Amino acid sequence: MTGMRVLAAMSGGVDSSVAAARAVEAGHDVVGVHLALSAKPGTLRTGARGCCTVEDARDARRAADLLGIPFYVWDFAERFTEDVVEDFVAEYAAGRTPNPCLRCNEKIKFAALLDKALALGFDAVCTGHYARLSLVDGRPELRRSADEAKDQSYVLASLTPEQLTHALFPLGDSVKTAVRAEAARRGLAVADKPDSHDICFIPDGDTRGFLAGRLGERSGELIDDATGQVLGRHSGVHGFTVGQRHGLGISTPAPDGRPRYVLALEPVSGTVRVGSADRLRVTEITGERPVWPSGVPLAGPVECVVQVRAHGGTAPAVAEAVDGGLTVRLRKPLRGVAPGQAVVLYRPDPAGDLVLGSATISATA
Amino acid sequence: MTYLDHAATTPMLPDAVAAMTEALPSLGNASSLHTSGRRARRAVEEAREEIAAVLGARPSEVVFTAGGTESDNLAVKGIYWARRDADPARRRILASAVEHHAVLDAVEWLVEHAGAEVTWLEVDEFGRVHADTLAAAIAEDPNDVALATVMWANNEVGTVNPVRELAEVAAAHGIPLHTDAVQAVGALPVNFGRSGAAALTLTGHKLGGPYGAGVLLLGRDVPCAPLLHGGGQERDVRSGTLDVPAIIGLATALRVAVADQPRRAAELAALRDDLVAAVRRVVPDVVLNGDPGQSDVDDGPSRLPGNAHFTFPGCEGDSLLMLLDARGIECSTGSACTAGVAQPSHVLLAMGVDRTTAKGSLRFSLGHTSTAADVTAVAEAIGPVVERARRAGLAGLRRAGEETTGVAVGSRGHA
Repeated sequence: MTGMRVLAAMSGGVDSSVAAARAVEAGHDVVGVHLALSAKPGTLRTGARGCCTVEDARDARRAADLLGIPFYVWDFAERFTEDVVEDFVAEYAAGRTPNPCLRCNEKIKFAALLDKALALGFDAVCTGHYARLSLVDGRPELRRSADEAKDQSYVLASLTPEQLTHALFPLGDSVKTAVRAEAARRGLAVADKPDSHDICFIPDGDTRGFLAGRLGERSGELIDDATGQVLGRHSGVHGFTVGQRHGLGISTPAPDGRPRYVLALEPVSGTVRVGSADRLRVTEITGERPVWPSGVPLAGPVECVVQVRAHGGTAPAVAEAVDGGLTVRLRKPLRGVAPGQAVVLYRPDPAGDLVLGSATISATA
Repeated sequence: MTYLDHAATTPMLPDAVAAMTEALPSLGNASSLHTSGRRARRAVEEAREEIAAVLGARPSEVVFTAGGTESDNLAVKGIYWARRDADPARRRILASAVEHHAVLDAVEWLVEHAGAEVTWLEVDEFGRVHADTLAAAIAEDPNDVALATVMWANNEVGTVNPVRELAEVAAAHGIPLHTDAVQAVGALPVNFGRSGAAALTLTGHKLGGPYGAGVLLLGRDVPCAPLLHGGGQERDVRSGTLDVPAIIGLATALRVAVADQPRRAAELAALRDDLVAAVRRVVPDVVLNGDPGQSDVDDGPSRLPGNAHFTFPGCEGDSLLMLLDARGIECSTGSACTAGVAQPSHVLLAMGVDRTTAKGSLRFSLGHTSTAADVTAVAEAIGPVVERARRAGLAGLRRAGEETTGVAVGSRGHA
């Protein structure tokens, strides 16, 4: 489809710049918008981390200049703080492991921004995400990117059909190296800009320090799950993620000499349960608030492949929608499945694995 | 294209372009002693005399700077430092809450880094500082005041301050008053000598002159420490080689603008009133911010003749701006920060407007190239634009409502 009015979300990175360029080239009427998400704008980026700095806004503006499209900065800092940052902190405090990029797509880019864009007369929001999206008989089909290493379908899988109908991912069929080369060919100054990684609102990468600053000291005990023995104390369950091995601060080695991992977090008592790797194995996952990106709920038990975190963590499984939730029985056990993360169901396909559905992990067994 | 952002910058006057173009190829550093230097110096001094003459100042009171921001910084910091050095008790700055950021941020910098204290002068619902407010602030302790600073006319809402009265109150206690007259010069009758101000800021590009050229009118007996040290130009208050062509362009523009001021002000006020009436017809609940402009302050109107500053209930300023821009109408949401994010205007907040309402504001500013066709363009566009922006505003509210439900479901899940 050409000739749509498209709002291109431009972070100032290479991906969203090339995505906007392709939307222009496809014949759409494109307007670039940079989202100011930081409550404290005005900081200059150091190194490759972070986004939403003055420098990123300028990079986005320069890309828009080159493409000859209007460009604006829209302030979503308040919404981002409420819906993403506060949610992130609250989830950790509750002993879960959230994915803020997923939440940002769900609440900001394809909610607050999309709603505003539609009301202002735009037809779609375009981003530089690596995922394939097409409309088949009016139903959106979301598939993994052609670039397996960059695939971002996991953080888009919780979007509803309504949201996806108004989304445009022009990079879905491309690999990152080709996108960089294209940026250089187009004369975009951001062609060599390092990839952003980690969490944009924690630019120094110190998630534990960020959470400690927000939640303070909430000390509790580290307990050996098998023996009930208290192995030490910690300063808050928010410092831990299920499956974590390093930084547990245990001085006594396990009797069998094998490394110990975080098995479970109990925020009410402040207990962190640790144990050996084999106790991390999960064969059943319960998910809540399932979303069906194509608008088609699972019918009966379905053979699929599940992914339980943004990178890696895939296994064949049988999934079934049950009582407004989701039950997943893994055919091969997975380790480090953390409540709060999403479980995304894929149907393997040579044209890009198709996203069947997604849910928030609430329990594992 | 409909350009209605003359308060941001206005096209150069043809006379100024011609004078500058002629001056650009001439050689000469105005500080040099040889023939070329003397020729440059002569051009600068003639410009200085011209500027002084049209603004009721003495030539020696004209300090050339690189623009409004520098003039404001020089006045606020320079006078603060000089007065504090003469008497360490003088650490208090009296500043209106609606100043431009070039004044606000300079004051705040002095508070954070140079031991200054600040008393913010409150404004009324139009954004005006009253003489008794200044008098009360001085009365707290007349001996600890370094300076007072109140803008001549507000850049956002256009309200004109009673500078003469304010200067009189300050002068009664020997306190220098600086006034940022960036928006006033060329738009209102401005006479430095008669105003009683100790220092006055103006800039070239707001009155038909070039960018990067400004003036601080600084009373002969007003102490002021320099920001820039070096060759000792400009009474030792502002070092740096003078930009001769820019100074010539500025003086030319100022002469033309001030000579045309009464006729142009009347024309612009009529055009502005048409614009306000047209917008009100289409959007009945629109609010015109600032002084209604129906009275006089000193010898001029109580509102900048070219200023129309509105609040559109239920809209966000950035939506309005984008939609108008798409229709070829250029205006402003007010002051922008470095990242280009529209913050709620400190001027409106100081006037008692709440944050959400403040975000729905838009400034149209007319200038010497504005015509009735510009007003017609706004009248035709504003209805559909406001309707669409309101829908976008409602979309934000609706989603916020849904999220409340989402949180409730989530917390049940935790339990």
